[in-house]
Parts: sequence; structure tokens; C-alpha cells
Amino acid sequence: MDADDESSNPMIDEIYANGGSPEGGGGEKRSRRLIISGDQFDIEAYASLYSGRTKIARLLFIADHCGGDNSAMQLEALRMAFDEIKKGENTQLFREVVNKIGGRLGPDYTMDVAWCETVDRRAEQKKEKLDNELNAYRTNLIKESIRMGYNDFGDFYYAHGQLGEAFKSYVRTRDYCTTSKHIIHMCMSAILVSIEMGQFTHVASYVSKAEQTHEALDQITAAKLRCAAGLANLVSKKYKLAARKFLETAPELGSHYNEVIAPQDVATYGGLCALATFDRTELKASTLTMIMLLNDDCEISIVFLILILYLQAKVIDNINFRNFLELVPEVRELINDFYSSHYASCLEYLANLKANLLLDIHLHDHVETLYDQIRHKALIQYTLPFVSVDLQMMASAFKTTITGLEKELVALITDNQIQARVDSHNKILYARHADQRNATFQRVLETGRVFDRDVRSMLLRTNLIKYDYNARSLSRKL
Amino acid sequence: MDPMEALVAQIQGLSSTPGDIARLHIILKQADDSLRAESTRLSPVLGQLAPSEHSLGFLYVLDAFTSGQISKQQAETSVPIITGFINACNAEQIRLAPEKFVLVCKRLKDQVMMLEAPIRGVGPLLTAARKLQLSTEHLTPLHSDFLMLCVLAKCYKTGLSILEDDIFEVDQPRDLFLYCYYGGMICIGLKRFQKALDLLHNVVTAPMSTLNAIAVEAYKKYILVSLIHHGQLSTSLPKYASSVAQRSLKNFCQPYIELANSYGTEKIAELEAYVQTNTEKFENDNNLGLVKQVVLSMYKRNIQRLTQTYLTLSLQDIANTVQLNSPKEAEMHVLQMIQDGEIYATINQRDGMVRFLEDPEQYKTCEMIENIDSSIQRIMALSRKLSAMDEQISCDQLYLSKVGRERQRYDFDDFDVPTKFNI
Repeated sequence: MDADDESSNPMIDEIYANGGSPEGGGGEKRSRRLIISGDQFDIEAYASLYSGRTKIARLLFIADHCGGDNSAMQLEALRMAFDEIKKGENTQLFREVVNKIGGRLGPDYTMDVAWCETVDRRAEQKKEKLDNELNAYRTNLIKESIRMGYNDFGDFYYAHGQLGEAFKSYVRTRDYCTTSKHIIHMCMSAILVSIEMGQFTHVASYVSKAEQTHEALDQITAAKLRCAAGLANLVSKKYKLAARKFLETAPELGSHYNEVIAPQDVATYGGLCALATFDRTELKASTLTMIMLLNDDCEISIVFLILILYLQAKVIDNINFRNFLELVPEVRELINDFYSSHYASCLEYLANLKANLLLDIHLHDHVETLYDQIRHKALIQYTLPFVSVDLQMMASAFKTTITGLEKELVALITDNQIQARVDSHNKILYARHADQRNATFQRVLETGRVFDRDVRSMLLRTNLIKYDYNARSLSRKL
Repeated sequence: MDPMEALVAQIQGLSSTPGDIARLHIILKQADDSLRAESTRLSPVLGQLAPSEHSLGFLYVLDAFTSGQISKQQAETSVPIITGFINACNAEQIRLAPEKFVLVCKRLKDQVMMLEAPIRGVGPLLTAARKLQLSTEHLTPLHSDFLMLCVLAKCYKTGLSILEDDIFEVDQPRDLFLYCYYGGMICIGLKRFQKALDLLHNVVTAPMSTLNAIAVEAYKKYILVSLIHHGQLSTSLPKYASSVAQRSLKNFCQPYIELANSYGTEKIAELEAYVQTNTEKFENDNNLGLVKQVVLSMYKRNIQRLTQTYLTLSLQDIANTVQLNSPKEAEMHVLQMIQDGEIYATINQRDGMVRFLEDPEQYKTCEMIENIDSSIQRIMALSRKLSAMDEQISCDQLYLSKVGRERQRYDFDDFDVPTKFNI
């Protein structure tokens, strides 16, 4: 594993092209083996964060997306997936993985027909047994046993990869649930299967169902539900809501939800979504206060103490989220940099993380959008306090060229995100505030004109209709 | 005595007081057919009558005189007669026989068209329309003929004078369609696109039970003017447009709708290519000039967008952004726009830079205040008119009968609707 670290990697070269070597602070972090970082992706450590089906799904995703010139990583991922599947009972997945490996990993990792057949036979027998049991329970009409029966069915289908059937079985237990604990159990199972199937609308509805039970949920379940809700929002591109949900997750989550999500993921997803969608006050309140308390000098901490008095509720959440952020210090650093306007280093961290984030099964489709949003926010935030900005300095702050920067700024101005105009000759950006008085006059005159025209047309049409109606009724009279 | 002589004598005798004129009118109506029979012999009769005093009589005789086929030479002689009559006639007298007057004027129009000198008809028809109108808000059939001659003779300014009046009362819907259509064309000729848009809008949204060709042609022009003036086309007609129009108008104007779509993509090359391929269709509709203006307007719109984002910009950059071929062309476009008052800018030829300025209008001048004041007065008058019309309709018999049948019945009394309101 260590050898992989030092070897040059085409992926990393491309990342570093945007601006020189990382700042000094990055060096000391190398000593800690980090999971999601700019370093070479460590599959084993990554996979150890998860358990169950999601582990296999993630490994397969990595194998598919890690790029053609990285066959070592691909084979590693496939090998681990193979091992994991062998421990379970999913023959369908097994066949898939074997096809993907294509014999590249040697004789141990080829199609084991015997194993498949045994597993299938066992499955058949188990299914019959469960079926019989369920029928027996059904004739006896004992609610609890019927519920257990359906649950067992659900588990069975899930283990064998028949997710649709599993979902149906879990949902059937709904009629036989007597206590809120049962309902919660059903919801959690339904959520798990829906996430695997990728049907996040179900996830959202079952989360709300679970949260509506009369009993107070215990910390861990509440945290799990928050994570699931956050995930559903992320997938449906509601980044702000996703950020909120992730930030509300209690740190007691720990590794209890490893069959879906790891705490590092909570930090990364939450941090990135917050960065992309929160404004400064929200960002500060929700993520930074406690960080600064620990990092900066005492005088500054007094100021923040006062803030804490105002932000009691948010502070409690801060502590939670800070614990998560500790697991992914790069994300923490980049939020810090963004807030303190060190945009170049912030964007550098982002670029470093990008390659690894692209291998994440949930974040894959959203990385580009989130990155664009973060970059735009950085540009807007930079220009906000100034009356005029020298494009040369801004370009060096963001480590891009002037022409490229100009293009980006023009796009933002056209989009009405920045109120400014570009002096292309002298390369300066001037803030421009709309003249309210003139604008009001123009609007008034325009409204008057439109009213005039509309009323005149209406009167004309009324006359036409009246004429028409008169003509028709005359002809009827005759 | 020759019946003609008798008639002439009566006309001359009975043209002084309103009572006499009414009697004369009846007599004339009875004599109408006999007049027509003698149409060839009527020019000396015309000589005996004075148009200004004996307008009604003159009108009848003139009508009989000009009925029937007229050759070019005859047209040469009759045009001045009709013109003289129109200029000299008495407005109240001719209003007693409006259809005849309209008929005579239409014949004038045909004759000037035959002589291929539409401008000869412009002046007379203007006077005629003004005389026939009961008020400035009244639309006569002559308005549309007048505007048509203006369009043919390219006398746009004269046409504009009559367009400045607001029209509220209409005799025949068909007149309105033609009036608005020709009016729209005149405004386009004068580059007053907003007014043209209003007029064409009236045609397109007028109540109609079946689609007519005027509305189709008007819609085509409406699309083009909308693109030039606003840079976009609303895809559906407003709700108050007739259902016929909403459903079928688009089917007849397919090339134009596609032009509008192509315009919406903001790619000049595509737009020009589309125009190239469909030149023939546009030409058949006589809309090619307008289409070329549409393409030009796209450049203008792009340059205008630049004023929102840049303070200064080099001509080279303008040429690149707007997809023009050279900085020289860009300079010409910008210059033209500055002259037309569409943007405010200064061109620095030494550096090849354009500096965009803000709209200097500060809304502080006397003219502006007068402008606003007059607009306020106008709108208040319009409001009053609207309430007056509302009251008038609520007292209208037809309206009450229709509503009476369908209203809610809350009381025993409500069930007795007086029979006179049930038609």
C-alpha cells in the first residue's frame, strides 16, 4: 500500500496543474492516513468504513469509474467485492463480478459454479420454509408472527439481491405493526432497500413517516433518519436542504449506519453542500464558530463567545458537526479558507478532492454542479465589498488568467449575480448600483402605457362583441 | 318636362332647410332607379348642381353617373369631379346617405388605382373619411381604403395622422381588420414598431367566429414586428383572443414561428441560414424586407446586452461577441444605433474602444413633466369612459335578458322575469 502512495499518478498531475504546490499546512496532514484526501485513493481503508450491500455497490462503482489507466485499483476493488459477495448469498452479483474480473486475478477468482448452485438450492429450501411458516402464521392470525414472517421474507430477498421483492415484503408488515418500534423498524428497512434501489422518493416519505411516530426516537435512529433524508435531498439536487439535514445529524451516529453511509461522508456531503448553498451567516453559524474557537487566539474567541450566546441552538449543532469535520480535515480546512477569503487555497483543496469524490457512489453526479456553485460563490463574495476591483489582482487571487476570469465574471453579471460592469480597456470591475429613481419613472411610464393600450383594446373588443351580438339577435328576431 | 329637369329643379329647390332636405331625400330614393337608367346623360346635370349646397342631390346623381363600367379616359374625367365634390360637400347632408357616399368613394379609389396614381386619392379620401365620421372615435369603411392608398402611395405621414385617433365605434368588423392591418403596415414603414404592434395585436385578438385571411397576414407581420421590437415572441395568444384564432392561426404561419424559434436560440448564423433557405416564402408574402430587419435587430440586441455588462469594450471584442466580421462593421452598427438613439455610447477611434454611457434621461425636465401630466389626464379620461360603458351595458336590454335567464334565484320574486326581457 505504501508503494502506491509515492508512485506518480497521472490523476494527481492533472489536479496540481491548477496553481502550484499546496500550502505548508497540507504537509503535516500527510502523516495521518486519510480516507478521503488528495492522496492516492486507499481502497481497503475506504471499504472498511462500510458493511453490507453498500460496500459491494461502492466497490463495483469504483471499479467501473476509476478510469482505464488505473487497472490496479480496478482489480483491487473487484477482488474485494468478490470476497465480500462470497460471504453473502447473492449469486446474481457474484456472476456480475466474475464477468468483470474476466479471469485477470488468477484461478481463485473465477466462476465457482458449485458454490452458486449450493447457494441457490439453499435459497430455494429457505424460501419454501419461510413460505410455509408464513402461511401457518396467516391461518393463525397472530399479528406479531405474521409481521416477523414478512420481515424474514424481506431479509431473505434482500440477501439474495431481489430488492423489489424485499421492499414489498417490508411494506406488507405495515399492517401488522402494533408498536411504534415496529413502525420504525419497518421504515428503516424500507429506507435501506430504497436507497439501494435508488428510489429516493420512497426514502423521503418513509423518513417522514418514521419521524412522525409518537414515541421519541433514540439518538442513533434519529441520526440515521437525518442521514437518509440528507441523502435523498442530495440526490434530488436540493443541496440546501441536504446540507441542513447533514448538519443536524448527531455524532452518536458513529459507525452505526455503515450499511448506508460513513461519518466521513456526512462531513463531506454536508460540508460541500453547505459551502455551495449557504450564505455567510449561515455558514458561520453552522460550521465555523467552534472551529475558530479552537484554532484562533483568545481575543477572537471572546467575540465568538458572544456569538455563542446568540446562537445557542446552532452552537449545539456545531459541536456535532465539528466532530464530523474532524474526520475529514481537508473539508474543514477548505471551509475555513473560503470563509477567510483564501480562495486560491480553497479551490486547490477542492481540486485535490475532486478525483476521489468522483468515485463516491452518491456524490458522483453532483460534484460538477457543486463545484461550479462553490466557485461562483467565491467570485461573488470576492467582489461584494468593493467599489472597483483590479482584474489583475483578482486573477492572481484565484490563480486564473485575466481573460478567463473576465469571461466568468461576464457570465455572472449577465445572470444578475453580480451588480457590476467591466471596463475591458483598463481591466477593472466597477460596482454598479441601479438608479432606483430612474427605474421607477421608467416603470411608471411603461405601466401607464400598457394600461392605456389594454383598456383601449378592451373597449374596442367590447364594441365589436356588442355589434356582433346585436347583429345575431336581430337576425334571430327576424 | 324632362324628368331630369324636374329632379334638378327639386334638388335646387329643396336643399336649404333640414325639413326640405328630408323630403328631398325621400324623393331622391324613389328616383334612384330612373337616375341609374340615364347614367350616360348625367354629366350636364352635374354641371348644374353645386356640390356644397346641393350635396345630397349631387351625391345621388354622382352615384348613378359613376355606376357601371368606366374606362380609363372616363376615369380621367370623373376623378376630378368626385374629388371636387368630396372637398366641397356638406357633411350633414351626406351623412343622411352614408352608404352611397361610401360607394362613391370606393369607386374613386378603384379609379385612381386604375390610373395607377394612388396618390391622387389620398387627399380626397382623407377629407371624405373625416366628413363621414360621426366623431373621431368612429371608424368608417373609408378609413381602410384611405390607408390602403397611403400604403400604395407611400404617404405614410398622412396616414399616421388618422391613426393617432383612437377608434371605439365600428360599423363593420371587416373594416376594422383592414384598418388595423394597413395601419400596422404604415407604422412599420415609419419605424414606429410599438404602435404597429398594438394595431396588429388588435387584429389578431379581435373576436371572430371564423379565421380570415387578414388575420393570418396580420399575424405573420405581428410575429416579425414582435421580434424586432421585443426580441421575443409570446408563444400563445392571450386568453381573450378568439378560440378560432388560438387554435388555427399558427398553422398558417409555420415558417414565421420557426423563424421566431431560431431567433430565440440567439445564434446569428443559424438565423441567417434559415432566412436564406426560406427566402422565397417570405418574398411571396411581401415580408422579406421585414425579415431582413429581424436579422438586423438581433445584432442590435446583442450589442445592447453588452451595455449591461461592460463599461468599455474594444471594437474587436464587440465584433467577436456579436459575431460580426470585422471591427469596422461593429463600428458601423454601433454608430447607427447611437444615431437612432437605441444605445448611449461614445466611440474612441484612436484606441478602437467604445465607452457605454448611462441613459442621460433624468426625468427632471419640463417636457417630461408635461408628458407625465398628459398621460395622467388621458388615462383618467379613459377610466371614465370605461365606467360609462360599463353602466351602459348593464342597462342594455339584450344583456339583461341574457343575464336574467341565467341568474341565481333567491326569492320568489326572482322567478317572475318580465316578458319584455325574454327574447
